[in-house]
Amino acid sequence: MKVILVDDEELSRQVLREFLGGHEEIEVAAECSNGFEAVKAVAEHKPDLLLLDIQMPKLDGFEVLELIEEPLAVIFVTAYDTYALRAFEVHAVDYLLKPFSKERFDAALERARRRLGEKLPPAAELAAAARPPSQHLERIVVKDGARVQVIPCDKLDYAEAQDDYVSLHTGGKTHLKQQTISSLESYLDPARFIRIHRSYLVNLERVARIEPYTKDSRMAVLSDGTRLPVSRTGYARLQALLEGRG
Amino acid sequence: MHPVLARKGRLGLYLLAWIPPAGILYAVLSAAASLGRLETAAVVAPLALAAAFLSLSTWYLCRVFPLRSPRVASLLAAHLAAALVSGALWVFLARAISAAYAPLFAGLEERLAPQRPLVFAIGVLVSLLAAAMHYVLLAMEASRDAEAREMAVRITARDAELRALKAQVNPHFLFNSLHSISALAGSDPARARQMCVLLSDFLRSTLGLGEKASIPLAEELSLVRSYLAVESVRFSGKLTVQEEIEPDCEACPVPPLVLQPLVENAVRHGIANLLEGGLIKLEARRSARTLQLTVENTFDPEAPPRRSTGRGLRNVQDRLRAHYGNEARLEAGARGDCYRAQMLLPVGGEEP
Repeated sequence: MKVILVDDEELSRQVLREFLGGHEEIEVAAECSNGFEAVKAVAEHKPDLLLLDIQMPKLDGFEVLELIEEPLAVIFVTAYDTYALRAFEVHAVDYLLKPFSKERFDAALERARRRLGEKLPPAAELAAAARPPSQHLERIVVKDGARVQVIPCDKLDYAEAQDDYVSLHTGGKTHLKQQTISSLESYLDPARFIRIHRSYLVNLERVARIEPYTKDSRMAVLSDGTRLPVSRTGYARLQALLEGRG
Repeated sequence: MHPVLARKGRLGLYLLAWIPPAGILYAVLSAAASLGRLETAAVVAPLALAAAFLSLSTWYLCRVFPLRSPRVASLLAAHLAAALVSGALWVFLARAISAAYAPLFAGLEERLAPQRPLVFAIGVLVSLLAAAMHYVLLAMEASRDAEAREMAVRITARDAELRALKAQVNPHFLFNSLHSISALAGSDPARARQMCVLLSDFLRSTLGLGEKASIPLAEELSLVRSYLAVESVRFSGKLTVQEEIEPDCEACPVPPLVLQPLVENAVRHGIANLLEGGLIKLEARRSARTLQLTVENTFDPEAPPRRSTGRGLRNVQDRLRAHYGNEARLEAGARGDCYRAQMLLPVGGEEP
């Protein structure tokens, strides 16, 4: 079984290494001390199991999972029980609360081994389940080839659905992310981002005006001149939001 | 005692406020009676002065019959009776005053006599007006009292909350430290033991702080140092601390655990997010009246957002307000990749 250890604290990785020492069948493919390294290492080594800390520099554990397209087993290793518990209830293989014993560690590893044969959910789904539901995203992480891009939400002009992907438009640039537009919508602050159309999610601050288009539909004109279609329900949502504000 | 009489200076203002009514009285009397200007003024001035003092007595009546009392009938009867008495008194006073002026103004008493009904009516009206004003005054006083009481309750509640807060160390700090000890126990037992001692030092120094209103800055600093000693083991070399403490600050009293949350923030939101580690700078300076405490740290402006941002800061702010009212200030903000939190605390004068 191929494992990658992700934790920003050297001492914490040391415990994991020590506890893994007794397991001959396990190969530690990489050790990462931050999220960027983790995303790269996963793409490179295609591990079976990720031992993942949540609070880390650069990218946190959830953001790392969002950028992993392949399904893999994840054990959260954290001092914060709230996230870990939620993730575990849904999909994660197990969670280890710091500090943990060798026995507890072995049990988690055993669970992971048993789950390997089963069909695992994509890692991004796990991230979605683990994130506190009331918390809106402040930023969106995207993988452009091997590079990881971090897009602060206020830089996002609009998002467009493209099958299983969304293309994110920021100041003339476009980033593609494997995520449905509905899933993205559910993570963004509904007071700032509105689904004006089945395929379009727009940053309210960028909308300059709404123009009539056909009898039943309208066009949103953004401050940079981009024109996006507004459906009837989209227009109703827009109106409700603006009335709520006024 | 009547609020107008209770404090010096208020009586003067109150009497000044009587000048416009006295003017009206002058106008009414001079229009109705065949009196000269001087004669009218001579009558009105002492009459108004007497009325001013007479009206104060209404306050006691208003207190005995508060507006919300169920005895509406007796309230009305009392004020009506008071008004009639006041009218009679006015008539009596007007007569006495005009009689006293007999050597100066011939026949003043006779000329004023036909106006007795008018004087009586004015007396009744003034008494009723005075009652109305006093009810307004009492209502204002009651609402001010209620506000003060509510404030007192809030402060007590906050005090209790702070006591609870102070007694408790962030549990995640504890879990992470114990995890570091667990790691070192395998690889470096001597350092594991040292970490146990550091952690115990810190925990011991926080014990019993809840009961103290203030501690010398030196004590708070030593607590912060032992906190940082624990964290620097956990971050193995990523944490550098620099201190600039002016020696005459050390004896200054500060509320306990006022600096530690800021340092904890600097570690959690600053150092923990830096790949190569970073610097925390502690500074204390004082002038004659203020103690200035600064915590500065490097941070990554593009770090993933952490939960509960700002809670530690708000806590400290609340504590300062509870302790010093508006005399202390806390400012925090980022410039480039440096975050700085700065407190200005009053010193010298004894704290409340």
